[in-house]
Amino acid sequence: MEPDFLTIIALIVSLLVIRVTYVLYWTGRPFKRAPKTSLRTMIVLGSGGHTAEMLSIVNVLQKDKYAPRSYVAALTDNMSLQKAQVYEESLQNHENNVDKKRGAQFMQIYRSREVGQSYITSIGTTIVAIIHAMWIVLKLRPQVILCNGPGTCIPLCACAYLLKLIGWRWCTTIYIESIARVKKLSLSGFLLYKLPLADQFFVQWPLLQQKFPRSQYAGRVM
Amino acid sequence: MGERKGVFVTVGTTSFDKLVAAVDSEPVKAALFRRGFSHLQIQIGRGTYIPSKVSGEDGELEVDYFTFSPTIADHLTAASLVISHAGSGSIFETLRLGKPLVVVVNEDLMDNHQAELAEELADRKHLFFARGPHLLAQTIESMDLESLVPYTPGNPKNIADQIDAFFGFSSPGEGSDQKGGEGEGASVSKISKLFSFFLDSL
Repeated sequence: MEPDFLTIIALIVSLLVIRVTYVLYWTGRPFKRAPKTSLRTMIVLGSGGHTAEMLSIVNVLQKDKYAPRSYVAALTDNMSLQKAQVYEESLQNHENNVDKKRGAQFMQIYRSREVGQSYITSIGTTIVAIIHAMWIVLKLRPQVILCNGPGTCIPLCACAYLLKLIGWRWCTTIYIESIARVKKLSLSGFLLYKLPLADQFFVQWPLLQQKFPRSQYAGRVM
Repeated sequence: MGERKGVFVTVGTTSFDKLVAAVDSEPVKAALFRRGFSHLQIQIGRGTYIPSKVSGEDGELEVDYFTFSPTIADHLTAASLVISHAGSGSIFETLRLGKPLVVVVNEDLMDNHQAELAEELADRKHLFFARGPHLLAQTIESMDLESLVPYTPGNPKNIADQIDAFFGFSSPGEGSDQKGGEGEGASVSKISKLFSFFLDSL
């Protein structure tokens, strides 16, 4: 007997409900067992202090555990990817065995909205940014996303989370609010905290940790 | 004759004409001179206001300027006082060098979250804080350099360790990673494979 249309829909919905419940339960919960292989890591860079802070964190990560690394910055941000490239090159110089297959990648993403852009045209550019973000996430297949506040991280984290919800991939999002945020979260931070999209949420000042109890305070990076 | 004490003003990669103009004004230059500074170097960044160069021969403050330099660190190191915009990069680079710092907030910036950081560090006595260029002269006149407390730089390793702990990675120097079968990711991808398989079979 062929299952009818309604049965199929009910089945899909049930599976989705199970999956979503599973994701909601496990988001933010530490891994039970350490991964056997290294984790593909995407690092989101932003203008000004964001990239400097991010690189200071990447610098103290165990490079063999968080590899291969990819860096994503906004199309209009010229300096950040350059800094990341210089950094990754300096790592190559120190390592004896350069594994070409696991080299770092550098990508640029369309911005949802430029400073001063009208809100009406922002709708169109945001849609473009989301599509582009999805393409980048599908291409880079990150297992970890590290970000610290630039607006470019929202479409990327949202797409990674969407893929997680439908069972396509599992990506752990780690957010470190910028050191410049002392009393209030940035908009990106606020969204990632509230929705919630991030698995780990770090703040760099104790007052923020009190205001946002699900966040972690582990000191400052500078 | 004592050691020559210099002042370095930086606006980072921004344009902060009001600060440069304030520094270039007589009240601020006079206040700096009275406090014992002999020369002033201004990094004007993307700004369009050009300060007047002064040779300093007539017993006044010597003034020079430039737009950008690859060796800002050298200028910071040589200075006895730094006056900076409120960017976190400039602030922490200066504090790391242990230099007395006056941070001036750019009130024309929308969403001025930068002021929060400068305010907090001022409360902790790591720097002096002027809410706008118009308050710079009085900040310089009233600042007590002896009251500054050195800033202890933070350590990103603490956050890195917490991230490692989340995944079950041991930190370098500790024992080996938590043993066991595949991690969270693998059992999850098994389920998602099952899911995709199920979809395909419909």
